[in-house]
Amino acid sequence: MKTLSRVPWALVVLVAAFFVPAAGSRYYTFLANDVVIWALFATSLNLLVGYTGLVSFGHAAYFGIGAYTTGILMKKLGVPFLLAFPAAGVAAALFALVFGFFCVRLTRIYFAMLTLAFAQIVWAICFKWNEVTGGEQGMPEIPYPAFDWLELVAAWLPFVGGYRTSEHFYFLTLVLVAGCLWLLRRVVGSPFGRMLTTIRENPERAEFIGVNVRRYELAAFVVAGAFAGLAGGLFGIFNRGVFPDFAYWTKSSEVLIMTLLGGMGTFIGPALGALVLIWLNQQIVSYTQYWPLILGTILIVLLFVFPGGIAGALESAARRFRRRRQVA
Amino acid sequence: MPDLSFVFAQSLSGLTAAMFLFLIASGLSLIFGVLRVLNFAHGTFYMLGAYSAYQIVQWLGTGPVSFWVAAFGAAAGVALLGGIVERFLFQRLYGKEELYQLLFTYALVLVLGDVAKIIWGTQQKSLSRPPGLTGALSLFGATIPYYNLFIILLGPAIALGFWFALQRTRAGRFIRAAALDRETLGALGVNVNALYTGVFVLASFLGGLGGALITPMRAIVPGMDTEVIVEAFVVVVIGGLGSFWGTFLGALIYGQVLSFGILFFPRFSIFSIFALMAAVLIIRPWGLLGKPLK
Repeated sequence: MKTLSRVPWALVVLVAAFFVPAAGSRYYTFLANDVVIWALFATSLNLLVGYTGLVSFGHAAYFGIGAYTTGILMKKLGVPFLLAFPAAGVAAALFALVFGFFCVRLTRIYFAMLTLAFAQIVWAICFKWNEVTGGEQGMPEIPYPAFDWLELVAAWLPFVGGYRTSEHFYFLTLVLVAGCLWLLRRVVGSPFGRMLTTIRENPERAEFIGVNVRRYELAAFVVAGAFAGLAGGLFGIFNRGVFPDFAYWTKSSEVLIMTLLGGMGTFIGPALGALVLIWLNQQIVSYTQYWPLILGTILIVLLFVFPGGIAGALESAARRFRRRRQVA
Repeated sequence: MPDLSFVFAQSLSGLTAAMFLFLIASGLSLIFGVLRVLNFAHGTFYMLGAYSAYQIVQWLGTGPVSFWVAAFGAAAGVALLGGIVERFLFQRLYGKEELYQLLFTYALVLVLGDVAKIIWGTQQKSLSRPPGLTGALSLFGATIPYYNLFIILLGPAIALGFWFALQRTRAGRFIRAAALDRETLGALGVNVNALYTGVFVLASFLGGLGGALITPMRAIVPGMDTEVIVEAFVVVVIGGLGSFWGTFLGALIYGQVLSFGILFFPRFSIFSIFALMAAVLIIRPWGLLGKPLK
């Protein structure tokens, strides 16, 4: 047991993920890329919902803002990815700062409603502002980042050359998302992250010990928004286009379901949720067009039977297993 | 400046939209006021009302009363469904986190939306206006279909009936009491669970009726559920969640902003609606006529 927990699992998964294009088909690379981006999006939401206890029903807004920022910069202005990608995070963070300023002033259900309202504003703007966002039709054909430099590196290093552009993009996504998740992990483990959990557990007490609860909540909102924006920036390129429904309220609920499925409040839960949900989706879509029906059923079972999600269920199973060993 | 008859016609069309929204949003507001839950599935009940009305008309044929039978039959069917869902599933989630309740109602949106697709397909459907209300009235140079007039009159009638029931009847008093303090009401010997089921049934009835009555004016399509629920949210948030007259006022404001917004700023009408919602939430989170939650 002890040896198992000493393995650096995150590193193992990361290295294994690098071999997906070589081992699997193009389809699996596509799937893995999708999972990796959604994992970041869901983890960013978990910082709010799971760690701070703020139920945002409009997290898709920042995903959409990030996607449009990178998309517009790269497609219309020819800005290189190196700048357009961080710009997605910065733009989303700025919007999150402005929207969040108002949202954190409200409690519970009103907080959820206001995040929803802001997300719908973002959606309405993307939907109608034809000149900039392409309106209802969205913005197709976002270019891939330039990978010319990889060919130069390939001359020196083995295993790097000979891949398609989409696979190069997958590698890039892996590196960037791994970096983002590492940062988020640091945030969660930091005194700041601990304070967010305190606020979730008991905001009044946090207030009494002299914590400026609103400011902490706003900071969490901005950080979560920034990482959602980065996920959106990657997703626009991956998806080969940016569309207004990225910011629509149903997207916000999708990512909430992912977070819940994986397990809120655990760090790897949402990533697990993204993996399971996307994989299930691909499996089921080949049999039936009624994916929402299946998803809704999963969600109902989850709410009534496994409210802790996959990570929660695994944890309690492991605890039971350990207890049995102790007894024996 | 457009001429007056045009403005008049436009405001009447806004009023019609408002009365429909009031019908739907009043159910949403009722559930929030008493149960403190945002019911995403309310839009789905509206959609099911529309489809059921269509189905019943198909069975009955086009008799003189078949539309009315269909509308009330559909609303009653949806009310029954609402009652079953509340009694057997939703009741187990009371007292749990709000997120779980929200997501449960969203799960219903997903499941019931697909069930509707399985039963009725994705082709759009429509019903014609009921006999007797097919004509139109000319008033101040504007043409107003009788059916729209009927809706404009029905809205306030339902509002008054509702208000009377809430203020004057025993059940209405219980509902108002449950909205204020459910524990005390239960301690006084009222069966709060049955009351909640009743409220859910009534709210679903209103949603279903709204859906059934809109069929002569709008096509019945998959996706009408997620569209209308956002509109109904805007209405109840502007008016005040749980406030009855607030919902009425919210619907009136929404209808006028939308119908004149489309006229003067066609591209900003949706935007202005959500901006209005955000502004109300920022300045008065409990809405124009609502009361702050304790």
